[in-house]
Amino acid sequence: MLEIKNLHVKLEEEDKVILKGVDLTVEAGKVHAIMGPNGSGKSTLSYVLSGRGGYEVTEGSATLDGAELLDMEPEERAAAGLFLAFQYPVEIPGVGNMTFLRTAVNAQRKARGEPEVSAAEFLKLVRAQAKLLNIDAEMLKRPVNVGFSGGEKKRNEILQMAMLEPRMCILDETDSGLDVDAMRLVADGVNALRDGKRGFLVITHYQRLLDHIKPDVVHIMADGRIVKTGGPELALEVEENGYTDILAEVQ
Amino acid sequence: MAAPRPRSDLRAETTAARLAALELPQGGFTAPARADALARLQAMGLPTRRDEYWKYTDPTTLTAADASPAAVLVDAEPPVFGAIDRLKIVFVDGVFDAAASDDLSLEGLEISRLADAGDIHWAQGLYGTLEAQGQIPVARPLAALNSAAATDGVLIRVTGRVSKPVELIYRHMSEASDAILHHLVKIDPQADVTILESGPGAARFNTAMEVDLGAKASFHHIRVQGSDHHRRAVTHVFARIASEATFKSFTLTMNGALTRNEAVLDIVGDHATAHVAGAAVGDAKSVPFHQDDTVFVTHAGTHCESRQVFKKVLKNGATGVFQGKILVKPGAQKTDGYQISQALLLDGDSQFLAKPELEIYADDVKCSHGSTSGAIDDTALFYLRSRGVPLAEAQALLVLSFLGDAIAEIEDAGIAGAITDRLEAWLARRL
Repeated sequence: MLEIKNLHVKLEEEDKVILKGVDLTVEAGKVHAIMGPNGSGKSTLSYVLSGRGGYEVTEGSATLDGAELLDMEPEERAAAGLFLAFQYPVEIPGVGNMTFLRTAVNAQRKARGEPEVSAAEFLKLVRAQAKLLNIDAEMLKRPVNVGFSGGEKKRNEILQMAMLEPRMCILDETDSGLDVDAMRLVADGVNALRDGKRGFLVITHYQRLLDHIKPDVVHIMADGRIVKTGGPELALEVEENGYTDILAEVQ
Repeated sequence: MAAPRPRSDLRAETTAARLAALELPQGGFTAPARADALARLQAMGLPTRRDEYWKYTDPTTLTAADASPAAVLVDAEPPVFGAIDRLKIVFVDGVFDAAASDDLSLEGLEISRLADAGDIHWAQGLYGTLEAQGQIPVARPLAALNSAAATDGVLIRVTGRVSKPVELIYRHMSEASDAILHHLVKIDPQADVTILESGPGAARFNTAMEVDLGAKASFHHIRVQGSDHHRRAVTHVFARIASEATFKSFTLTMNGALTRNEAVLDIVGDHATAHVAGAAVGDAKSVPFHQDDTVFVTHAGTHCESRQVFKKVLKNGATGVFQGKILVKPGAQKTDGYQISQALLLDGDSQFLAKPELEIYADDVKCSHGSTSGAIDDTALFYLRSRGVPLAEAQALLVLSFLGDAIAEIEDAGIAGAITDRLEAWLARRL
């Protein structure tokens, strides 16, 4: 489903190369995890895939269901079915969470030539999803992420993911800043979306998130490349021995 | 080479030329007040760019003998307050239009027309009075001109709770119209009124409104200035606010070659509230956009609260100006004064000029002010787009988000909704 081939990326403003030939394929219905030390390029990969500015792709491609993502605007990628759960969800004062969600859902539907959801129908859907994520009505009314705790922000990301029903979900360090209970809630939300068709790319530093979201494949990223790929046991190895042994082994 | 002309001559000549082009109203109960205003004007002269409070806004087109023509905008949009049950008073190019207006009787109100009012006792004591007091310490010559030369306006006495708002509708029909209107609003103790204003008024429009609030009175004022691109306007609101009274004013400015909105608020009682807010959006792509809010709030009473909230969205070389002052007089203890002015610059050509001022002569007060200008937040923009919201729609959401604090100053949800709808339509055309 998601196919990344020989992806090279540098910063737009300076001569700093961050991704140095990433190859990665996520099949439909599978959960892939990317682990790696700080500065290995994990977050950059998520940003480049979702179309954030400030990066220049110098080589390679990234397709979703055969369509080249790198040629699309961020909103077109979203309509094509890509979703990024942000490491640091953005606060938007003055825009109600509910308004934001409905605007996003209807914009994507419009882009795909589907009819818009009525306000009443939408409300019903949001309430049902919000309940699963323990998000109360008050949080839905408040401005997007403003005054939300770290856990509330991450749950709000998962709520958006559930409402937008993407084909391919990227989770960028969704576990950062979460306590154990909040992590379980977020993981339950993600697991509820595992329907055998959707793809997931879970970026994380730590193995603990992967206790809750069980990956099919684990990749280790270092210095802008995927250096090792294995099963869930690879995550446990990192947890026990750190990255040093693995990096020494591949070099 | 001829010697440069002395500045004082230029000011005097401009003033004389402007007055010569006017037919000053004669007689009636306002005659003494108009004579005083004329004397004030002649003593101070019309403003020039050299005056401290006109440094950022060139008054030339406002002081010229003749108005520059302004094309009449064919507005396809329904009236901004059309969905709100209100009493309508219509002026066309500054002339009262009885046929287009509603019947002027409404419980809790006494409404007269300035041009044909008899000797109204309360109005005699108010006309030109707050304007004259508002000339100190900063001269406002165009307000004195207004008191001297206004040809029409409404006199509104509020005696109780009024069931619906009164809207002053200013139609602009003639390309070369030049109108001066002067309104009085006197609100008895504990009485309560909402005044709406909408429309461009004229090619060149000078308005003054003197608002006298009794103890525990409430005044809500929401104004939408006409979006005719070439129109020029200078407006003045003078208010005297007694104990426990509430004054709230909000102005939306969309388009307009030149807009100068002055608000001079005198809080004379204790435990009173005075809020003045504005949202301005301008795109100078084909016609200049220059919008100026000049606000002077004086605290003379104790335990009073004042807020100034001004937001401007500027595009394609548009200019926004904010000059706001909080003056806390000796003895005005427990004053809570707040002032914020912010501009969102949608490109590198636009500019925001701000002059926030605090002058405090009491020691137990809380006053804060802030002024910022910046671009749309890229991170927020990317966040919205990553959720599938198209660029233009995402920008519009963020612009509305930016203006939100000013719109939040409008208490009535229906009116705030009407303002938001108007802004959304403007943004949809511009972004």
